[in-house]
Amino acid sequence: MIGWLVGFPLLGFLVNGLWYAFGQMSKGQKAASAKITGVIGSFFIFLSFILSLILFFNLQQLPESSRFIEQTLFSWMQFQGFNLDFAFRVDALSSLFLLVITGVGTLIHVYSIGYMSHDEAPGKYFAYLNLFCASMLTLVLGASLPITFLGWEGVGLCSYLLIGFWYVDDEKASAGKKAFIVNRIGDLGFLIGVFILFSLFGTLSYTGIEQSVSQLSFLGMTDHIQWWISAACLALFVGCTGKSAQIPLYVWLPDAMAGPTPVSALIHAATMVTSGVYLVSRLGFLFLLSPIAMEVMAWVGALTAFFAATIAIVQTDIKKVLAYSTVSQLGYMFLACGVGAFSTGVFHVITHAFFKALLFLGAGSVIHGLHEEQNIEKMGGLKSQMPQTFLVFVVGWLAICGIPPFSGFFSKDEVLWKAFSTEFGSSWLWVIGALAAIMTAFYMTRLVVLTFFGEFRGSQKAHESPSVMVYPLYGLAALSLLGGFIGIPHFSWLEHWLSPLVPAAAHNESVAHSVEWGLMALSVAGAALGIFVAFKTYQNLDRAVQLKSRWAKLHELLFNKWYIDELYQAVIVKPLVVLSTWIWKVVDVQILDRIVMTFGRASAWAGQTVRVIQTGSLQMYGVMLVLGILITVGYLYYGIF
Amino acid sequence: MAFFSDQLLSGLIFLPLVWALIGLLFPASSESQKKWISIWALAGSILTFLLSLGLYQGYMPQGLEFQFKESVEWLPFLGISYSLGLDGISLWLVILTTLITPIVILASFSSIKTEVKKYYFFILTLETAMLGAFVALDIFLFYIFWEVMLIPMYFLIGIWGGKERTFAAMKFFLYTIVGSLLMLVAIFYLIYQHQIQFGVYSASILDLVRLQLPGSGWFSTQSLLFLAFALAFAIKVPLFPLHTWLPDAHVQAPTAGSVILAGVLLKMGGYGFIRFAFPLFPEAVLQYQLVFLILGAIAIVYGAWVAMIQPDVKKLVAYSSVSHMGYVIIGLFSLNTIGVTGSIYQMLNHGISTGALFLLVGMIYERAHTRQISDFGGITKIMPLFALAFMIVTLSSIAVPGTNGFVGEFLILLGTWQANSWIAVIGGLGVIFGAVYMLWMFQRVMFGPVTQEKLRGLSDLNLREGVILLPLIFLIFFMGLFPNFFFSKMDASVQRFLVKSRVQSTPSLERSAFSFNKELLNGKFHQ
Repeated sequence: MIGWLVGFPLLGFLVNGLWYAFGQMSKGQKAASAKITGVIGSFFIFLSFILSLILFFNLQQLPESSRFIEQTLFSWMQFQGFNLDFAFRVDALSSLFLLVITGVGTLIHVYSIGYMSHDEAPGKYFAYLNLFCASMLTLVLGASLPITFLGWEGVGLCSYLLIGFWYVDDEKASAGKKAFIVNRIGDLGFLIGVFILFSLFGTLSYTGIEQSVSQLSFLGMTDHIQWWISAACLALFVGCTGKSAQIPLYVWLPDAMAGPTPVSALIHAATMVTSGVYLVSRLGFLFLLSPIAMEVMAWVGALTAFFAATIAIVQTDIKKVLAYSTVSQLGYMFLACGVGAFSTGVFHVITHAFFKALLFLGAGSVIHGLHEEQNIEKMGGLKSQMPQTFLVFVVGWLAICGIPPFSGFFSKDEVLWKAFSTEFGSSWLWVIGALAAIMTAFYMTRLVVLTFFGEFRGSQKAHESPSVMVYPLYGLAALSLLGGFIGIPHFSWLEHWLSPLVPAAAHNESVAHSVEWGLMALSVAGAALGIFVAFKTYQNLDRAVQLKSRWAKLHELLFNKWYIDELYQAVIVKPLVVLSTWIWKVVDVQILDRIVMTFGRASAWAGQTVRVIQTGSLQMYGVMLVLGILITVGYLYYGIF
Repeated sequence: MAFFSDQLLSGLIFLPLVWALIGLLFPASSESQKKWISIWALAGSILTFLLSLGLYQGYMPQGLEFQFKESVEWLPFLGISYSLGLDGISLWLVILTTLITPIVILASFSSIKTEVKKYYFFILTLETAMLGAFVALDIFLFYIFWEVMLIPMYFLIGIWGGKERTFAAMKFFLYTIVGSLLMLVAIFYLIYQHQIQFGVYSASILDLVRLQLPGSGWFSTQSLLFLAFALAFAIKVPLFPLHTWLPDAHVQAPTAGSVILAGVLLKMGGYGFIRFAFPLFPEAVLQYQLVFLILGAIAIVYGAWVAMIQPDVKKLVAYSSVSHMGYVIIGLFSLNTIGVTGSIYQMLNHGISTGALFLLVGMIYERAHTRQISDFGGITKIMPLFALAFMIVTLSSIAVPGTNGFVGEFLILLGTWQANSWIAVIGGLGVIFGAVYMLWMFQRVMFGPVTQEKLRGLSDLNLREGVILLPLIFLIFFMGLFPNFFFSKMDASVQRFLVKSRVQSTPSLERSAFSFNKELLNGKFHQ
C-alpha cells in the first residue's frame, strides 16, 4: 500500500507525460488544455493525499513504540557482502511530511489549472509536477539513505525541469542549470556522508544506523568514531545547504523564481527546500552525537536567516522578496535543529509550508491578474481590485510576521525560545534570530503596502483570479491561521507525536522558564515594531525614496545581494573555464599529444634512415636471418643479457 | 542439440564472419541491391544477438567458473590452443556487443551511401573479433582477436570517416598496436615460464594463473609483466595520459564507428585488466594500486574539465568517455567487491549511454551537417522527440538515480571510499563536473530561442531512429532500477575474480579507522 503513495503520482506522470510526448508536442499536434491535464494531475496526487490520511490514522491506532510501517518493494542492489532494499517507511516523522506534501501539493495542482490555462504545454507541466511529487514522496518515504538520495536527486531534476520550463528564454534555462549544478555540489557532500556511514556501520538503512548508534553506548565511544561521525554529519549537512538553500549554497534559490509561480510555491517554498530539515531530523540521533556539527548547523541557520532577510528588504521583484524570505525561514529551521530542537524545526517546516505556499500563490494570483507584472514598484492599490487575494495574503503576511494567533507565531517563537534555552543554544543565536524576525516583519509589510495599498502605479488594469485559483488560497489561508495550534507551547501535540522518534536536546538548567514569556512578548513587540515602521515608511513613497537615497551605498549593496553571485563568478566559474581551456589547449594538445606524435614522427624518420640497409641482396638477408636465430636461441638456452 | 550447445560460443563468434563473407557475394550496383545488403547484415547481427541470449539462458551462476567451454589444439608445441569459455563477466560484455552491433547497423542505413558492401563486411568481422576477444581463454588467442579488431576499425574510420579520417585512422591504429606489442612479448614470456615451472608450454589462462612470479618491488618480474599488459589495456580504456588518440578517432569515425568504439572497444581494456592483468599479477596490482587509482581519479576530473569547453559536441562526448572510464579504473583498483561490481556495471552503462549519445549526435549531424555547439540553439522546439531522448540519455550520463549511471558510479565511489577516501572524493568531483559539461552543452544546443533560421527545417526523429533508441532508453531505466538482473549472473564470477587476485574482498576491515565496523561485522553486536 505504501508503494502507491509514490505510485499514484508516478502514474499521473506517465499518463500526462506519454500523452504529451506522443500526442501533443510534435508539429501538427494540438496541446491538450490545462483543464484536462490538470484534472488528471490533481486527481492522482489527491489519491496520494487520501492514502496519506489513511496511513496517518492507522499509525495513530498503533501503540507509540511500534508506530511505523515498513515495506520492502524489491531488492535494489544485491550481491555478496552488499544488500540494498528498495524499502519505504512510514512513521511519525514521514507521515507528517506526507500530509504536507500531498495536501499542499493537491491544492497547488488545482491552483495550477487556472494559472497555466494560457500556457502552451500544460500537459508537460502537470507531468513534471506529478513526477516531482513522486520524487518528494520517495525522499521522505525512503527507509535508507540511498532511497532518500534517489528522491533527493529526483526532486532536484524536477526542479531543474520546472525552473527552465519556459526554456526558450535563455535566462530561465540558465537558472535551471544553476540550480541543478549547485545542488550537485551539495549532493557530493550527501554522498560522502553516505560513504562514511557505510564504512562505520556497514548499513545504510535508518533503523540499522540507529541500532548501531544505540549500541555505541555499550561499547564506549572512541575518539575515532566520534571524529568520523562528525565528518559524516558535516558532509550530510553540506548536502542540506545545497537542497535547502543555506549559506554558502543558497544562490540558486532566488534564481529559481524563473519557473512558474505555483512551482515556486510547491517546490521552492513548501516541500523540496525543506528536505534538508527532514534529513537532519531523521538523523537527529546521529547529529546529537556531534557537538561540532550541531554548532555549525545552528550558526549557518542563524546567519542565513539574518543575511537573507537583509537582501529581502530592498528587492523589488515580488517573487524575489519571497524567495529570500524562504531562504531566511529555512535558516530558522536549521537554527532550531542545530540547537537540538528537531521537532521545532519540523514544526516550522509545516507552518512555513502553509503560509509560504499561500504567499507565493497569492503573489501568483497578483502576477496573473496583472498580466505577468512582477515588480512591486509597479503595483499598488490592489486591495480593491483583488479583494479575495488581498484577504488571504493578509493572513499569510501576519503569519510570517509572527503575530498571534497565526501559525507562524507559534513556530517562530518556539524556534527563538529553543535557540535561547537548550543546552546547544545561546543568547547570541537568539539575538540574531530576533533581529531577522524584525526584518521579516519589515520587508513583508513593505511588500504588502507596496502591492495592495496606496495608488495603483501600473499600466494595465488588474483583474481578480478565477475561483479555481482562489479556493486553494482559502484552504491555505485556513491552514496558516490554524496550523499553529498543533504546537502550542507546553501542550504541543506535535512534539508529543514526534517524541519517540525525533530526539530533543536537554533544556539548559540555568535558563528559568519564566524567561520564556518575556522573550515571547519581546519577539511579538519586535514584529509589531517592524510592521509599524514599514507602514510609516512605505505609505508615503516620497519618504521611502528619500531614505533610499540617503543610504544609497547600502541600498546598492543589498540590492545587488552583497555581490555574492559576482564573487562566485569571479572566484569559481571564471577560473574554472580558464583552467579548463588551458588544460585542453596546453596540457592535452601541446604536451600529451605532442609527445605521442613525436614518437610517431621519430619512427617515420628512423624508417627513412634505416631504409638503406634494405639492399635487396638475398645473401645479406640470409646472414641476418641466421644471426638473429642464433641470438634468440642463445638467449633462450643460456640466458645471455 | 548437444552439438549446438557444445559449439555455441564458436557459432556465436563466427556467425557474423560467415554472414559477412556471404554478404560479399551480393551484387551491389543499384540502390535497391545496396539496401538488401544492409538488411542482410542487420539480419545477421540480430541473429547473433538472439543466439547470445541463449548464453544468458544457459549460463548457471552457481556452476563452473567457465561455461560453454571449447578447446582445440592449435599450436601444440607452444601450448597454444583455440579455447573459449564464458563467465558471468564476459557474458554481459558479449551481450552488450551483440546488442550494439544491430543498433549501429540500423543506424548506418541512412548515413552510409558508399562502398556499402565493404562497410557491412567490416562491421560484421569487427563483431567476430570483439566476441572472440571476450570469450578467449587462451592468452595468445585473445591477443590475435585483440589485434584483429584493429583492422576493420582502421578501415571504418579511414574510409567512411570525416575530413581527416586517414590521419585519425593511422593514429588510432599505430597507437594501439604499438601499445600492445609489449604485451605480446610478455605473453611469450609467460608461455615460456610455464614450460620452466611445469615442464609444458601452455597459453591457457587457467594454467598461467598458477605461475609463481617474483612479485615484490616496483620493477620485479611481475611488475614489469603487469606494466606490459597494463600499457596495452590502459591505452584501450583509454586512461589518462594515454587518451589522446580517442578524440581524433571519435571525431573522425562514422557514427557506427564511434558507437562501437565507445560501446565495446573501450571495454576491452577494462576486460583485459579483469581477465588477465589482475589474476596473473596480483602482487604487482597491489604494488601499483595507488598509481592507477590516482591516474583514474585524474582521468575523471581531467576528462570532465576538457569536455566542458569543447566546441564540438562529438569531441565533448569523446572526452566524457575519458572521464567515465576513469570511474571504471578506480573501481577495479579499489580491489573490493563493491568497487569491482560497480566497475563492471559501469562498463555496461557506458556502452549504453555513451553509445546512445554518439547515435544522437550522429542523427543531428545527418540533418544539420554540423556538430559545433555554437551552430545550434532552441532545438527542443524543432525536434521535441529528439530532445526528449537526448535528455534521458544525458540524465543517464550524469548518473541521476533511477538511471543505470547512478548504480555504477555509486558502487564505484562507495567501494573506492573503502580503499582510499581521497580518491573517492576526487572521483566524486566528477559527479559535479559531469553535470556541468552535459547540462551546459544541453542548454546551448536545446534551449533558448532558435538561433539560425536553417535549423527550423530539421525534421524530428523518424520511426527507424526511434527503433534504434528505444532499446537503449529502456535499458537506461531497467538497469537503473533492477541491477540485480545483471548482478545475479555475475556475482559469483566477481567473487572468483577477487579470490584469484588474492586480495581481501573487504580491505576496509583492515583499517583501524573503521575498527567499529570490524567489531560489528564480527557479530559482536548480533547476540
